[in-house]
Amino acid sequence: MNYMGSTVTEKIFAGKCGREVTAGEVVMAEIDAAMIHDITGPLAIKKFYEMDGDMVFNPESVILLLDHQIPADSIPAAENHVYMRRFAEEQQIQNYDLREGICHQVVMEKGRALPGQIVVGADSHTCMYGAGGAFATGIGSTDMGFVLKFGALYFRVPESIKVAVSGSFAERVGAKDLILAIAKDLGADGATYKSLEFLGETIRNMEMAGRMTCCNMAIEMGAKAGIIPPDEITHEYFAKRVKNYERIHLESDEDAVYALKKDFDVTDLSPQVAVPHNVDLARDVEDVAGTHIDQVFIGSCTNGRFEDLQEAARVLGERKFSDSVRVIVIPASREEYLKSLRAGFIERFVEAGALVEAPCCGPCMGGAFGLLAPGEVSLSTSNRNFRGRQGSTEASVYLCSPATAAASAIFGEITDPREV
Amino acid sequence: MRVWKFGDNIDTDAIIPGRYLTIYDPRELASHAFEGTRDEFSKNAREGDIVVGGSNFGCGSSREHAPLALSGAGIHFIIAQSFARIFYRNAINVGLLPLICPDAGEIRDGSEISVRIREGYIEYGERRLTFEPVPEFLQNIIDAGGLVEFGRDRKEVPLCTKSQ
Ligand code: SF4
Repeated sequence: MNYMGSTVTEKIFAGKCGREVTAGEVVMAEIDAAMIHDITGPLAIKKFYEMDGDMVFNPESVILLLDHQIPADSIPAAENHVYMRRFAEEQQIQNYDLREGICHQVVMEKGRALPGQIVVGADSHTCMYGAGGAFATGIGSTDMGFVLKFGALYFRVPESIKVAVSGSFAERVGAKDLILAIAKDLGADGATYKSLEFLGETIRNMEMAGRMTCCNMAIEMGAKAGIIPPDEITHEYFAKRVKNYERIHLESDEDAVYALKKDFDVTDLSPQVAVPHNVDLARDVEDVAGTHIDQVFIGSCTNGRFEDLQEAARVLGERKFSDSVRVIVIPASREEYLKSLRAGFIERFVEAGALVEAPCCGPCMGGAFGLLAPGEVSLSTSNRNFRGRQGSTEASVYLCSPATAAASAIFGEITDPREV
Repeated sequence: MRVWKFGDNIDTDAIIPGRYLTIYDPRELASHAFEGTRDEFSKNAREGDIVVGGSNFGCGSSREHAPLALSGAGIHFIIAQSFARIFYRNAINVGLLPLICPDAGEIRDGSEISVRIREGYIEYGERRLTFEPVPEFLQNIIDAGGLVEFGRDRKEVPLCTKSQ
């Protein structure tokens, strides 16, 4: 079925509804997969029961894991874990527990969000699965309780913003710098309720890791989803991971209607650093170089993949990290951890003085470990630098790429990775 | 009712910090609302007070703890120029009404206002500020008494595959 003049987002909803769907319409759409984790999951489960939920819509479509406060860092956290495990058992849901890593990375790796699907997660960065061509969006716990019961949810089909990216990145500049520059341009609410569609040669040439970094941060502009139409790179990624994977063609029509079109050229893009306390406050690294830092965090669902750790390891080379900074490295998943371990990066980080933790959210969630004291400064490859995000509300968080994080960790101050 | 005025881009980490996310009780959450950014809120907010923000209120995470913390503090209405999408839905789902009011920026901290839901305006001194109506599908949820009630009353929901 093809309806003329549709965006990828509209086509996905049209596919679900079996009729033409245009942005602005409100539809009750079936859900292909739903993800819950240890922070928002317990409340979603309670809501499911409060709605007289008995059995979840389809146990095979529910992704359940623990990643935010693991291993349990408090008794209430441990109780939440027990509650989640019981639910998994009762409902016959496969439980990844705390073994696999950060929810979003795990969903992608296990091929649980595929091109053309509608996937929801009780976490705002669920929009990351758009990197694989799914329409994916974060929802609250009550909405998730509803999804668990009915396998469907009300959506207002969003308008799309077309972000066309051209040019090749300079050495040590990449996807994170691009998305921080886009956030700066659009603003923290520049894409509210919209779907951000990333297109252009730069995106086409990007590996899945970079695409995930871009889609992950769509929410930082208020977007409901980020999406990259599936191509050969997408199909290869999933064909390796999913039995009987079906390659589908999904693209916006040439005459599709967009709310806004933006062009970006990355040829002269400098490494970007978002300064406290908002994600859209990106600066060229040159303008903030020399800023003192106390902690460097390389990890999170935004930048904790093999490719990110590889970039950090390359910048590090044979050097050591500065004694004046605490460097915390956390691979995004078990798979990324193992790949990085086998490639020798982990050994290199440990030798250089870093703490390497098992896959989890870590300091990014601001409630587990790696918290900041008042007055301290963190440089982080994660996605949010809100006041208090990584501990004290009197601490500061700067956001950057893995390359900039590694370069800065060597010198104990924000450093341009191109000069290292 | 007393107004608690906030600026633009009030994020959910500010409303309720990450370290309190193992709490689900609204009253207990309320005792940590705006901790570290506006401590007097949790001490002094009274039943019926109104939170007023600028643009993009509630941006950031999907934590429902944020609207729960505000409702635990006795807040029934949040008025802002615009809301972040997930927060807006969550607020309605937990019984907190978010009102989009283009003139929210003019409302001063500590002032007294009253919200006339039926009449569709906010009384602010001599002025009447209008707010946008809630989208129809969400109004149905509000009318049902919240999403839990809406969901509890049903065995199945009408999917978009059925012609409407
Ligand atoms: S790594 Fe950070 S942003 Fe990603 S899911 Fe965990 S807490 Fe959220």
